[in-house]
Amino acid sequence: MEQGMYGAKALDHYENPRNVGSLDRNDPRVGTGIVGTPASEYVMKLQIFVTSEGIISDAKFRTYGCVGAIASSSLLTEWIRGVSLVDAEKIRNAQIVEELELPQDKIHCSVLAEEVVQAAIEDYRRKQVLKKTA
Amino acid sequence: MDKITLPIYLDYSATTPIDERVAEAMCSHMTRMGNFGNPASSSHVFGWKAREAIEQAAANLCDLIGAKTEEIVWSSGATESDNLAIKGVAQFYRHKGNHIITVKTEHKAVLDTCRALEREGLRITYLVPQENGLLDLQSIENAIQDDTVLVSIMHVNNEIGVIQDIEAIGEITRRRGVLFHVDAAQSAGKIAIDLSRLNVDLMSFSAHKIYGPKGIGALYIRSEPRVRIESQMHGGGHQHGMRSGTLPVHQIVAMGEAFRIARIEMQADEERILSLRTRLWNGLKDLDEVYVNGDLEQRVAGNLNVSFNFVAGESLIMAMKDIAVSSGSACSSASMEPSYVLRALGRSEALAHSSLRFSLGRFTTEAEVDYTIITVRRVVERLRELSPLWEMYLEDSDPREMEWAVR
Repeated sequence: MEQGMYGAKALDHYENPRNVGSLDRNDPRVGTGIVGTPASEYVMKLQIFVTSEGIISDAKFRTYGCVGAIASSSLLTEWIRGVSLVDAEKIRNAQIVEELELPQDKIHCSVLAEEVVQAAIEDYRRKQVLKKTA
Repeated sequence: MDKITLPIYLDYSATTPIDERVAEAMCSHMTRMGNFGNPASSSHVFGWKAREAIEQAAANLCDLIGAKTEEIVWSSGATESDNLAIKGVAQFYRHKGNHIITVKTEHKAVLDTCRALEREGLRITYLVPQENGLLDLQSIENAIQDDTVLVSIMHVNNEIGVIQDIEAIGEITRRRGVLFHVDAAQSAGKIAIDLSRLNVDLMSFSAHKIYGPKGIGALYIRSEPRVRIESQMHGGGHQHGMRSGTLPVHQIVAMGEAFRIARIEMQADEERILSLRTRLWNGLKDLDEVYVNGDLEQRVAGNLNVSFNFVAGESLIMAMKDIAVSSGSACSSASMEPSYVLRALGRSEALAHSSLRFSLGRFTTEAEVDYTIITVRRVVERLRELSPLWEMYLEDSDPREMEWAVR
């Protein structure tokens, strides 16, 4: 790790993370995604609140890991707020790498961010199916 | 609070600044007006004076460790000394045996040297320390075999600062007729060493861990009973053929001066440093989920290695830019594995990732320690607020007991 390794945008997200927190995971309108493991030094949790129109009106995260992981998930919450599920699903890790100017050995952080959106959306959809069959 | 200058250096186990007095001695052995000669030049006064300076430096070194000057071989540092000791013994005594014993928590200079010997066909036993980092003496006794030639165990561990009982280990190795090498890079000048009393056959030293310059070290090789080694550096036959190469007079003089100062000031220094470390730990220990790595009693004064559960080492270090410490986190070091030392103690990977090593030294002040306490507490609390693992822990679903899907 070197001080100069991260760009200004990544450091800003790390020092002033956006949308830290939690939503009620039992609310059927909330999708929760958790990826990573403590042993691998990365755990990323993302929660989305989805309106009946299929828009993500709120997003909260908590991340255990390095600067790159914290910055990736913080940026992610900014990007997906106010966006439809369909559009949120299209976010790719390369976009995060580009925006945060992540160094080569931190690209896996952005991959986790991509995976956590998918996981949260998947969880939300699973809840919707359960609701209909209930 | 006294005035402090940022950034604060708390990484004395990595290296130390050269003491002004040492730098002065060093500088007077470099330039045309100084004592710059080659000690191997026996035909003129420049060489004689340089030789005298080397002899004085060796005497200074020996005064601290209870050795004789003819038992000292100068090297480029503790890494070279470890290589010379272990390879040198293994090769010289190859006819006697093929087995070496060391410990999983040794410095890489020892472990990697042993790995190299394994490729040449030697057998190596890597002992596992107890959870507190200290060795069970019985495990050494049990590991010695008929063809064991050497036991290599460090005095003070560089990461966790624990002190191995080299007096007791030396009794075992001597009784069993096995040579004993000790890496003392982290202990010399910090805790008392008396080689005239200890059953240690070879001991590695470094200058830069004790306010001397980088690039200079020494290996002690016992003369009675005589220990033999195979040379690893061939050339002009310097240092009785055990390590060829022109002696770097300025560095040797500096190392001698560093050890001379250590002998005089060690006790007072260590008492002061211990009180600062106690202050640091007292300022942190009431945080929830913090763990000291390694035994807190059998430990060198300057070291405090702590795991802050549920926060990652790299983010800790990045958040305290004005305090220089080391981390056992994989993300913050060149390797991708978390600290193998902490892993060998049985610490989980997650705890190893969340560890910081604070190492205090001669120039550490109370104000610096107080600033560090405040900063670390603030940073740990902030990062825990960010950590999903901390949130789970607070919600009574301890992440350590959860099953994690490996993706």
